Amino acid sequence: MNDNSAPVLELRNISKAFGSVQALSEVDFEVRGGEVMALVGDNGAGKSTLVKTVAGTHGADSGQILFEGEQVDINGPKDAARLGIEVVYQDLALCDNLDVVQNMYLGREVNRCEVLNEPAMEQNTLKTLKSLAVTTIRSIRQPVATLSGGQRQSVAVAKAVQWNSKLVILDEPTAALGVAQTEQVLELVRRLGQQGLAVVIISHNLHDIFETADRITVLRLGRNVGIFERRATTQQAVVEAITAGVPTKISGIPATSAVAK
Amino acid sequence: MSTSDATIGTPAPAGLGDEPDNLVTRTVKNIRSGNLGIVPIVVGQIFIVVFFSLKATNFFTAVNFGNIIIQMAGTTMLAYGVVFVLLLGEIDLSIGYVAGIGALTVSELQLPGSGHEINGLLAILCAVGVCALIGLLQGSIVAFVGVPSFVVTLAGYLIWQGVILGRLEVPGSIIIQDRWINYTANYYFSPFAGWLIATIITAAYVLSAVIPVLTRQGREAALKNWIRTLARTAGIALAAFGTVAICNHGIVQTRRLGLPLAGVIIVIFLILLTFVAKRTTFGRHVYAVGGNAEAARRAGINVPRIRVLVFMISSATAAIGGIILAAFVNSVALTFPPGTLLLNSIAAAVIGGVSLFGGRGDVRGALLGALVIATVANGLDTAGYSNGTIYIVTGLILLLAVTLDTVARRLQVRSGR
Repeated sequence: MNDNSAPVLELRNISKAFGSVQALSEVDFEVRGGEVMALVGDNGAGKSTLVKTVAGTHGADSGQILFEGEQVDINGPKDAARLGIEVVYQDLALCDNLDVVQNMYLGREVNRCEVLNEPAMEQNTLKTLKSLAVTTIRSIRQPVATLSGGQRQSVAVAKAVQWNSKLVILDEPTAALGVAQTEQVLELVRRLGQQGLAVVIISHNLHDIFETADRITVLRLGRNVGIFERRATTQQAVVEAITAGVPTKISGIPATSAVAK
Repeated sequence: MSTSDATIGTPAPAGLGDEPDNLVTRTVKNIRSGNLGIVPIVVGQIFIVVFFSLKATNFFTAVNFGNIIIQMAGTTMLAYGVVFVLLLGEIDLSIGYVAGIGALTVSELQLPGSGHEINGLLAILCAVGVCALIGLLQGSIVAFVGVPSFVVTLAGYLIWQGVILGRLEVPGSIIIQDRWINYTANYYFSPFAGWLIATIITAAYVLSAVIPVLTRQGREAALKNWIRTLARTAGIALAAFGTVAICNHGIVQTRRLGLPLAGVIIVIFLILLTFVAKRTTFGRHVYAVGGNAEAARRAGINVPRIRVLVFMISSATAAIGGIILAAFVNSVALTFPPGTLLLNSIAAAVIGGVSLFGGRGDVRGALLGALVIATVANGLDTAGYSNGTIYIVTGLILLLAVTLDTVARRLQVRSGR
């Protein structure tokens, strides 16, 4: 799509250790506007650690974060939100007892002197859901508890994108969904990319990845082992990289051969 | 593809907003999905009233009607606070004796011959302030230290009981002579004032429904729900004018009674606290924390602040309830908060449909639950039954209400997803 556009987010040489465990070693990562970038790897590859660095849950030990070409420090979730980075976590972080509108505006209610402005929130919610073509929800005033898994995921994603966010990170968005609902969410992910957002999707499911992603970044044991163009690769190649990939430094310094076995 | 969601029946392609707002279909849908609302409790209350009217000759009288309102007022005020605490998924066991502290504070402040006979209204404000501080203390320990609210408020239960016993050990009781304080339980409005109040309440509701129509955004929503608004207005007018009409007929010996002030107090707090719960950011956050505290935290809500404020509300409403109860007997005695007060107020909220697990329920549930409990107690008493029977029946009603709610919720889970 926008193959030549500058990266919205660029990570350079990110390292992070938890005690003696080196979770990330000089990892590079980038995602462009209008692009769906998949982040894959086996358990313990460092995907979650990398996302948490971007989300501000914890800082990196070393390395640079560039957002829209400028170097930034992300010291907390609020910093990330201010930049326009939203993360949709696996457990969705929705309140089951609240309705769709209430969840969409949770913590950022439209109010005047503490008094809620419901019509404004209702209309904007409708607008956001329509722009994402989320049409299966019968009423935006029904509690989230009564929605299906796919609809809940759609609400969580809509909640993330309605704040003019520029980068949306989806952590295992289809993990708990059935076939039809997975399709529904993948469609939504593709649409986010088409709308010009930078999208990062983390998944174990290669089928999902190949359905949505433009490029695929593979991590193994906390190191880069490759970036693949989806159109120019096969599932076989990606699986090999996940399970037995040799560390490569895309942006220069070659990796030590010790880790590569 | 995106509309192939099997569990939601027919997808509505174009319209997220056009929900079927027909009152009948909505009710049927609500009942099918396990959202019973206030229907069972209203039906139950009507059944209870009819039953005791047939059973006891002096139950269905205007005077007794006023009595029930005054008898339920204290419990109702405490139950309002319980609603907020339960919405968070917490519990406050201290409110019975915090109510006692509230009553003790006003009685001390107005004490004749003490040299500081403070005006009753000021004394009431001070007592509410003192109890709010108690709530601040207890809530802070729950919110910042992380001690379970059950334990913190159980400690409060013992401590505040101890304070009351310690203070009243020697005098045995303190008489309340200040008329303003006693008015909270003993004042009756004149018939005309009663009608005026009923008119104001009805008009206020109509206004609150009409004002949003003035804005462009609100008009759409309001017009869509006009049948519901009309039905509610009719219901509120009926309740307000009906209550006043009956109360105005009350005559004891030659003295004409009327609408009791206690009834007006609980209605004012019903409106105020419902507004806080449903129309303010704070109220929204209370529901959010009760529904999913982690989600609330991630959404940037200051969860400890919400917890502390809620415990302050529950202690403050308890103080007002305690003052009304003390005013009813014009004194604070060693036996003061009646032993059933705490459990009755929690039972009132639960009977009124407030979930013990947080996030579900309304302020009005407390009023309806307290009404049921007071009516049953009053009815059994009038019919000549003992206290033991009253406890047993109240317990059975509580059990029935929660069982009904649990079954309804299971249906809801089944109809969803």
